[in-house]
This record gives sequence, C-alpha cells and structure tokens, in this order.
Amino acid sequence: MRESTIKEHNRFFLNMGPQHPSTHGVLLVVLEMNGEYVLDPQPVLGFVHRMHEKIGESRPCQGFMPNTARMDYVCALPYNHGYVSLIEKKAGIEVPKRAEYIRVITSELNRVASHLLWLGAYLLDLGAFTPILYGFDDREHILDILEDITGSRLTYCYYRFGGVCRDIDDKFVEATRAFIKRLRKRYVIYEKLVTKNIIFIKRAENIGIISPDMAIRYGITGPNLRGSGIAYDIRKNEPYSVYPEFDFEVPVGERGDCLDRYMVRVREMEQSLRIIEQALDNLPDGPVRSKVPKKIKLTPGDCNFAVEAARGELSYYLIGDGTGVPYRLKIRVPSYSNLSCLQELGRGILLPDLVSIMGSFDLVIPEIDR
Amino acid sequence: MKRYFLDLFIGGKSLVDGLVVTTKALFQPIVTVQYPREEIDITPNFRGHIDLVLDPEKNTFRCIACGMCQRSCPSECIQIEGKKVEGKKKKTLGLFALDFTKCSLCGTCVEVCPTQALEFSKEYNLADFSKEAFHYDILKRLEERII
Repeated sequence: MRESTIKEHNRFFLNMGPQHPSTHGVLLVVLEMNGEYVLDPQPVLGFVHRMHEKIGESRPCQGFMPNTARMDYVCALPYNHGYVSLIEKKAGIEVPKRAEYIRVITSELNRVASHLLWLGAYLLDLGAFTPILYGFDDREHILDILEDITGSRLTYCYYRFGGVCRDIDDKFVEATRAFIKRLRKRYVIYEKLVTKNIIFIKRAENIGIISPDMAIRYGITGPNLRGSGIAYDIRKNEPYSVYPEFDFEVPVGERGDCLDRYMVRVREMEQSLRIIEQALDNLPDGPVRSKVPKKIKLTPGDCNFAVEAARGELSYYLIGDGTGVPYRLKIRVPSYSNLSCLQELGRGILLPDLVSIMGSFDLVIPEIDR
Repeated sequence: MKRYFLDLFIGGKSLVDGLVVTTKALFQPIVTVQYPREEIDITPNFRGHIDLVLDPEKNTFRCIACGMCQRSCPSECIQIEGKKVEGKKKKTLGLFALDFTKCSLCGTCVEVCPTQALEFSKEYNLADFSKEAFHYDILKRLEERII
C-alpha cells in the first residue's frame, strides 16, 4: 500500500517541446512520467499549421508549386515531383524523357542530402556533436550543386508542369560525379565515427523495436518500415517516372530497432548514388520542357499520385471539377503516420530512449502539420 | 568472462577509431568560411528577388507594363501601373512594386514575361527591422543603375 502511494507521488507531467532541440521543430510531446520512465507520451500537433491543403484548393494549380517545397524543407524536390506528376497525370501532359531523368537525379541528390542531415541530427539527439559537422560538410556539396541549377538552396521550385525549368549542364554532371566519388570515400569515416561506435550502438540497438505487424497497422512507410524488414518502396512497388529503368536494391533491416533504421538510411544513400550514376550515364538528349497550355484544366474526377520521399510514401490526392483550381487536394505525408506509433512505442521506456526513438524516426514537423 | 573483456576491448577500440578520424580532420584544410569577413561567390543562377533588366541598347527597361507577371504571381506580390507619356501611343511603366515579404521565389513572373524584362537579383544579405523595408520599388532600383 505504501509503495503504491510513493509510486503515485512520483508521477508527473513533462512537456517535451514545443521548443526542444530534439523534437526537430515545434512538436510538443506531453510525457506522463514516473521518475525517469515514460508512462505515456502524447504528441500534440499543429503548431506550424499553415493550411497548405486549403491554399492548394484556392488558386490555380501552378500557384501551389512553391508551397509544396515548404512542407518538407529538408527534402523538397520529391514534394515538387509528386505534385507535378499528379497534375501531369490529371491533365494528360507528356514529359520529355530528359526532364524525367533530371527529376530523378535531383530528387535522389536531395534524398541523400536529407539522409545526411538526419544522420547528423540523430547523433546530435544522442549527444554526439561531431557527426553533424561531417554530415553538413557533405550536404553542403549537394546544396551547392542543386543551387547552381535550381537557383535556391532549400525550398526549391525547380520542376514545372511538363518538365523542369532549367536544363542541366556539363558543370552539374561533373560536380555530381565528383560528389559521388567523395561521398563513397566518406563512408569509411562515417563507419568509424558512428556506425561502429560502441556508445551509439548501445543507445540504438534493441531500442524502439517496431514489429512488421505494428508498422503495417500504423501505416508507417519509408526507411522506418524497411527497418522493420518489409521491403516496400514506392520506387520499386509502384514505379513512377523513369525509376523502372534503374537497377537498385531496397535495403531492409531485421529487428526494426533504431539501429536498423539507421543502417537502412545509410545503405539507402549508396543506392541513391547508384541511381544517380546510372541516370547520368544514360542521360538522353532532347528538350527539358514540353508545351503546356497556359491555363491547365483539371477534368472532373479524382486522381492520386504517390512518390517515395526521403521519409516515406508521399501521396497527393486531387479532385478536379473542370476548372483550373482543384476542388479538393489531400496530401498524405509520411512523417504523420510515422509519428503516430510513438505513443504505443514509448510506454514504459526510459526518457533518453524516447529521444533516441524520435530521432530515428526522422521527423520533419512542418510536414506533419502542413 | 572472456566475452566481457572482448566486448570491453572492441568497445574501447571503436572509441579510439573515432578519435583517430577527428584527429585527422584537425590537420585537414578548413572547410568553413569566416562569413562576415569573407564571402563565397554566389552562383550566377541564384534566384534572389526580381529586378528589371537593363537593356544595354536603349539604356532603359524592357518592360511594356502588360501586367502578365502581376496576374500570374501566385502570391500577388507584384504591383504594376502604366502611365501615359506625351508623344507615345502606348503606356509606359510608371510603377513596379514588389512586396518581397510575400514572394516565394517561384520564378513564374520571369518565365511569363513576353519581353524578358525581368531577372533575378543576386542579393542574399537581406535582413531588416521592418516589413516595409522589403517593399521594393523595382523601377527605382533600375533608375539608380542607369545613373
């Protein structure tokens, strides 16, 4: 009896966020704690809600393009890609082959950049400061390459309906090849610095195990799902763009813990580099933009398009009503579903482990709230 | 017991390996730039806020005040007014205002322009205390360049 009152006495609530460094943005997690143990973590969303879906329904579809990059600022190009492909599918716009290749190359570069940032940020959550400096050093090269052709560093608006807005040149091809060579050399450094580090392994191994069953139940996608051993990748399972032409693997984990999610992302970077290499080798000539009517009419009926963003399945759902403005635009973002399993996963674990789990999810809060 | 010491050895070695990496980096060239004192050259393709193109032949702007950019802008941040000039049939540009606080740098205005009168500026050191500081008078900026 006495013991239970002491236990009751030790219960308290802890607000993690909305301005906590390891929530990667303005996410609030209300933690019901017992000492150092988490009894019930409850994510509270909506701090950076900017009505992106409603904005998409209030203006012609060209006008929504810049917004797509602002949902997930770390990996913006796949968001561009999903939206342009959706409208192209809906309006029946043909895209030149060269443009599709350029889209794949830049999207994959962006994915590598996102994973590098995540690698640094995750280790930062775990208390290691050094890896983020190495990660940012490499990521900076990608940002420079992308800045040179897209004109911006983070919130790209590079793709256009029917192609891309600027052709790539020899300088871009050379710089990308040099970067691929460089990153492959850097893997050795990452392996020594992070992957084999005993402190990191102790913080990530067997922590936050998501079983395949649970992953499917929550609709988890992307590297988090593949970490649980399910080889599901939109690029392979529902191929879009020119992805079927490339030879790449879908890395999967075994246990579904934080370490597996880490390993999947690291191996995915290598696969992205392989895709980029193949695309650069087989880059076709030709125009990068096809003729598109000035006012795009969206035919009545619904349309769906899914792409693989760095965090998982990104799906756009659109209902047209014959005008140029979408009647309804629904965006299914990966981080939202990935975060939803936190409550089940976080019950009865230590607080530092919860930070490790949230870090391994690779959450981007503006994407969740949109 | 043997396993315990093996783990200890492997774990200890992994930490030393990490330190070797960082120690090597200590003797490698510096990758960062001391920003306010030195700056990196910006790429010519950088997309800053828009500017009017200075036509080298006519020594003035190419804009015909058609208002295509104003209409195509998704954020409605461009304001154009034409004015009547005596002796000319068509209207000429009287005001070209850009509210940069709303602009999302999509580049639609530059693309739709029928006379290629717009370009991206290369300015990126933008910080100020008031919103009004980002309400640019693009025409005035061009006139300053003519002189």
